[in-house]
Amino acid sequence: MPASNSREIITTDTKLPPQADILGLHTLSVYVNNQPGVLARIALLFSRRGYNIDSLVVSRGRNERFSRMTIGVSGDPKILDQIIKQVNKLVDVIHCHEHTESDSVVKEMVLVKLLTGAARRTEVLQVIEHFGGKTIDLTESSMIVMITGDTEKVDAAIRLLAAYEIIETVRTGKVVMARGEEAT
Amino acid sequence: MFTQNEPMDGAQALIKTLDQLGIEYIFGYSGGAALPIFDALETVKSKMKFILVRHEQGATHMADGYARATGKPAVVLVTSGPGAGNTLTGIMTAQMDSVPMIILTGQQVTWMLGKDAFQEADIFGITMPVVKHNYLVRNTNDLPRIAREAFHIATTGRPGPVLIDIPKNISQSPFTGDLDAEIDLPGYTIDEAYDIDDADVKAAAALINAAERPVILAGHGVMISRAEPELMEMATRLNAPVTSTLLGKGVFPETHALSLGMLGMHGTAYANKAMVECDLILNVGSRFDDRIIGKAERFGRNAKIVHIDIDASEFNKMIQVDAKICGDAKTAMRALIPHLKPLPSAPWLDHLEGYKRKFPLSYKKQGGLRMQQVIDELFEVTEGKAIITTDVGQHQMWAAQFYKNDEPWKWISSGGAGTMGFGFPAAIGAQCAHPDAVVVAIVGDGGYQMTMCELATAVINKLPVIVLVLNNHYLGMVRQWQELFFDNRESGVDLEGNPDFAKIAEAYGALGLTVKRPADVRKVLERALENRTGPTVINAECIKTENVFPMIPAGAALEDMLIEPPKEKMEKPIGST
Ligand SMILES: Cc1ncc(C[n+]2csc(CCOP(=O)(O)OP(=O)(O)O)c2C)c(N)n1
Repeated sequence: MPASNSREIITTDTKLPPQADILGLHTLSVYVNNQPGVLARIALLFSRRGYNIDSLVVSRGRNERFSRMTIGVSGDPKILDQIIKQVNKLVDVIHCHEHTESDSVVKEMVLVKLLTGAARRTEVLQVIEHFGGKTIDLTESSMIVMITGDTEKVDAAIRLLAAYEIIETVRTGKVVMARGEEAT
Repeated sequence: MFTQNEPMDGAQALIKTLDQLGIEYIFGYSGGAALPIFDALETVKSKMKFILVRHEQGATHMADGYARATGKPAVVLVTSGPGAGNTLTGIMTAQMDSVPMIILTGQQVTWMLGKDAFQEADIFGITMPVVKHNYLVRNTNDLPRIAREAFHIATTGRPGPVLIDIPKNISQSPFTGDLDAEIDLPGYTIDEAYDIDDADVKAAAALINAAERPVILAGHGVMISRAEPELMEMATRLNAPVTSTLLGKGVFPETHALSLGMLGMHGTAYANKAMVECDLILNVGSRFDDRIIGKAERFGRNAKIVHIDIDASEFNKMIQVDAKICGDAKTAMRALIPHLKPLPSAPWLDHLEGYKRKFPLSYKKQGGLRMQQVIDELFEVTEGKAIITTDVGQHQMWAAQFYKNDEPWKWISSGGAGTMGFGFPAAIGAQCAHPDAVVVAIVGDGGYQMTMCELATAVINKLPVIVLVLNNHYLGMVRQWQELFFDNRESGVDLEGNPDFAKIAEAYGALGLTVKRPADVRKVLERALENRTGPTVINAECIKTENVFPMIPAGAALEDMLIEPPKEKMEKPIGST
């Protein structure tokens, strides 16, 4: 959302979740038939058990017949265990696994739009550089930066950038890949 | 009629495929979006019989009753929008009870989808949570493959309903594909479930062999996998008593000395007491439904729990188990039995015999006609051999208690969904499957009126179904809860103004009988059994305010079972409905 002239910033951002919520975070990789309705079937199973989907990335597989989803959720692991089994039961699901930090790499990307006049621009650029980010759009009064990495890193970058005026952030959500030769 | 080269449309290809799959019955109701499919029923020569119902819900319960009497799926064929919508309850009922069914719904033409076109409903989206799988067909040439997949999915693993939504342009376009197209289901690898894990079997056997007070809890899964011989072998080898769920009635002969009858909310006192006092619960093919476990935290507290199920998502869902075997009940028991040894359970069986003597199922014979008596006499005159379907309510629970089943596939009742209106159409389906069998629908005056219009279907098809209306002029089961838990404040349960069910039967061209006096029951039942030319409806005027016991209030622990009417005021039940 563009900032208005009065400099009153309307932001679509919500605050980061408190640390306690982050503890129940889980990352699932789901390999599915690339067909209409599959996402709805999976979403129904989560919503029925009161499980919120925190992030969701869907993309076509190399074999176009299939799609890959990475689903980030938080909640009781016991309930999740049952949901995973139910997801696996769906006819359109080839497999659904939960991944942990140790057996996989989990990455995401964020775009951050900042209000920055010339005065503080250099400072912002330093922060971005520290996180290995990039400036991808620049105007007299604003900039968009892109940062990739694991969730903690992206969170930390957003926290530091919050010292400036963030207009909005857009995160891709996590993508996961199993480490080593193992298929995801 | 067709050779591979003759032109045909999608609907004709579909009907040919269903016929090839061995479908015997199509229960349905026509309408615009299904016209091409209905036309194909006329133009394609097939062995399938079409039964025109009077309401689409009836069609689903008929297909359900057919499936529960045979293990085979039937087809439901309806039009789009309201036609499809009317099937929802029946689809949900089948899904809850793992019943195979194939539902074909007509649909608006493809290019109108999502535009609120006439009689368009997103039945694909609406039914997603209540089917095993569903399809919205987008290519005419996919029809045979999809029909084959639907059949495969519906009937294998844990069975269930599969819906195929077919836009009208898809069914009436020329078919140019392969009639024998093979199924292609990379995400549905059912064979895995039959690979019994050896370590799981050994772990389960170790727990079982250490028991002194075992109980086998047998569910619908035993019936679906036709594992009654294995169950009998296991029970007699272990010397273990067997209790069954509502849907498992008949998988172990209820007149056998080792049988404890049905357990659960209105199960026998001895079955429920056995569940509380046992040191081992061996569950074969039941999903630990809330109606049988009561308060989950207190269920099986003193017992090791072993669970055999084909559906891995059932393990630890309701009850944390000590050992599990994932697989088909028959295969799993076959793998398990060689590891089992006779248990020293004689004192335990004696103890349970004591409960059987002390707390038998019984009812008063004086003071008017009771549902229990009617069912008991039905059991006697039919020698326990009839196919019984029930509706939902008090009569259902008494039927479960007093109509003992010694054989599987003869007890047909809506368990998981508890669907009123189920009993009568289910009986029509069962009678279609077994034209020569005695089929009796035991129904309440409430539920019967939900699908009573199917009398026309039964009459026209000359089906000798007996409808036993146990008429208490109340929504009895709800009234019972209001009496026990809501200070007897009756609200929305009085069915005063019921029609004369015998006269209604006659108006439809069926035989209508009425019985009011206990002494006349036998005679009336015999009269009904003689009539093989069409349906008979018996209106049995019963005591209005009798209550079903034993009863475990919803959400209470099994040990808090009420064996007789409580003396003090009861708390409102906190548990599920
Ligand atoms: C479709 C449907 N609506 C409501 C209910 C709730 N319900 C359960 S039992 C019952 C009463 C059934 O009354 P009746 O058919 O007369 O049988 P009875 O209990 O008197 O034997 C009701 C209303 C239900 N199970 N199904």
